[in-house]
This record gives sequence, C-alpha cells and structure tokens, in this order.
Amino acid sequence: MFTTLLALVLASVVGLSATWMTATRGTNFGTLKIGAWTARPKTGTADVDPYSRASIARSGDLPIGQGDGVSFLANTDDRKKPLDGRCDVVVSGVTPAARFWTLTLYDLKGHLVANALQRYGFTSEEIIRGADGAFEVRIASRSRAGNWLPTGGIERYALMLRLYDTPVGVATRTPRDAPMPTIATVGCP
Amino acid sequence: MIRLLFTIIAGVLLGGVVHLVSVLALPRIASQDAYSRLTPITKLNAVTALPLAEPGNTLMPFMDPAFATAICRYDLSGGPIKLAVPVTQSYTSVSFYTRSDVAYYAINDRSAGKKVIELDLMTEDQHADLPEDEDVTAADRLIIDSPASTGLIVLKALAAEPGLMPQAQAALAAASCKVQSEPAPPKQSGPAAKR
Repeated sequence: MFTTLLALVLASVVGLSATWMTATRGTNFGTLKIGAWTARPKTGTADVDPYSRASIARSGDLPIGQGDGVSFLANTDDRKKPLDGRCDVVVSGVTPAARFWTLTLYDLKGHLVANALQRYGFTSEEIIRGADGAFEVRIASRSRAGNWLPTGGIERYALMLRLYDTPVGVATRTPRDAPMPTIATVGCP
Repeated sequence: MIRLLFTIIAGVLLGGVVHLVSVLALPRIASQDAYSRLTPITKLNAVTALPLAEPGNTLMPFMDPAFATAICRYDLSGGPIKLAVPVTQSYTSVSFYTRSDVAYYAINDRSAGKKVIELDLMTEDQHADLPEDEDVTAADRLIIDSPASTGLIVLKALAAEPGLMPQAQAALAAASCKVQSEPAPPKQSGPAAKR
C-alpha cells in the first residue's frame, strides 16, 4: 500500500516537474544557435514539436510563421554574461539576408520596457549605418550617441532580432548561412 | 530494500508517462494561450485591429512594436472566408494559426505579388466540394486549406519608422475578412453570377 502510494507520488512529481521545466525553459529540439542568439524556425511551421507547442500554449505567444520570417532571441552577450540594463552593451555587425529586420528589447516576460524616448527597438530602415553597411547599436540606461536603445535601467533583459522575408529558416544550419551581429558588454557602472 | 528500489524505478518510469501525457495535453487545457487571450477582444469572421505594442500592453508577449497588427478570428463552419489585405510600401504579411496556435501558413506581400493580398480560406472538405469550373479556381486567387474549422489570421503591416505607423494601421483598417456571401452551391453548374 505504502509503496504504491510512494510510486504514484514520485510519478506525479517527476512527470509534472519535467513538464514544467520543458514548458518554461524550452528544449533544444530544432534549435539554431548562432553566437548568443537562438531561434526555433520549426515553431513557425505545422511540424512544430510537442515541447514547443506546450511552451507556446503556456506563454501566450504567437510564433512567427515561416513564410513571414524568423525570430532570434538573446538573453546573454557573446561571453554568456546575462544582459544587464545598467551596463553598456553594444550590438554590432551585420544581419543575415532579409528584406527587413527589427531589433527589440524586452524584459524577461516578453514585455516592452517603458522609457521617456518611447524607443523599444530599431528597424532595418531607421538604423544609422557605417560606410561598409555595418551598424552599431548601443544599449544603455543613459543617453548615448548614434543608435541608442534605452534599457530603462532594468536588471535583466532580452533582445529579439526578427528577420522578415528571409531565406533563413528550417534549412539554416551554420553561422555562415546567417551571420548574426555580435553582442558585447563594454562597461558596467 | 529491493522492494523500495523497485518502487522508485516504477515511480520514475510512471513519471515519464505523466510527463509525456501532460506535455501533449498542455496545448488543449491551456487557458492563457494566444487564442484564448484574443477571443474576448476580437470579432468572429471580421478584422479587429489590436492595440499597439507598448509597455503597458501585456496582451501577448514578444509583440513587435514596429508593426501594426490586426486579427481575424475565423470559423469556417458557415462557409469559406475571403480575405483581402492591401499592402503598404514597406512590408505586409498574413499568417494563419489553428485554434491551438500552430502556424500552418504565412505569406508576405512579395510572394503575393500584388497590391492586395487576396486569399480564400476553407477547410479541406469545402475545397473538395468546389466545382471544377468555378471561376475562383481559374482566377489567380490563392486557396488556403485550413486544417481545422477555427483559428486565427494575423495581419501585420510594418511601420519602417515610427512616423509611418498611421499608414500601416490605415492599410489594415482597409482589410476585409468575411464569410463568402454566396455559398457556392456544389451541384449548380454554369458560370454563377459572381463579382
């Protein structure tokens, strides 16, 4: 009697906590990792895996469809240091081939962060580029010259780079197919 | 001792079953998924503009603030849906999701190749019932098969810079999504008085 009960309790704890973990943190099925950026192009297709479906149902997110584009998320810089809104972070370089892209700053729940400038991100059309086509976005709590993206001083944030009308997708495997911009923390107060 | 070990092994194995069942069940029992969140604020078989993505707007996570967004929540049980979305100068896209938030089709203005993205959305059964000589198949209207009778169509228009947001919103406000007025009678032949 006792052993049966123990087995059942153990089963519920193990099973449900495994589900909770995978639905909140996500899994590595079909994940494309380039530098600090990760994308799951398959979530935008009918072939989405059960773990991603569970995660989407829990978060309330609508994944970007494959014919529309693909989204890359980064929670850390290239050296795996979590993105800190009190530090200066530079996102620079080039983006994969796409007709348009947007770079947006969110808190860890996926909500936009309030700031006086009402700037939550950049689109590929409005960003200021160098002569070679490369760009540099400075992410900091205080005003910076050039492409400044304010953090509102929050402790942890995430960056999402969305490519629209792009060949990047389920067939993309290597960084050569999709050269992503670098993320570097350049200074903390 | 052996009995306790056996119990633990049985518990972990059973835990694996619980895990698999709960992962597969989660999309069905979730009450905070995107479709459920959008249901109270969107009209059925009509286009509803969503509020702009702003810090106070917690409708859905990870909304792109550079886009104007509108939703057509559809139910095909009354007949196929006709969708028409005028495109903007920069970028316009239409994405289709099932009731359980699976993105099964998406198209953008360039792949549509026209000033207006025009689509017919229907279930596979309704598609099969279409008469072959019906002029909709001859015309270059795109027919999309919905895997289920209910779901979401998400219309998005890019505002390449903040000042262009009113234009993007206006384009989506001109979009239409409605049940086809004349339900194509499958038996009647000959060119019906369409358009």
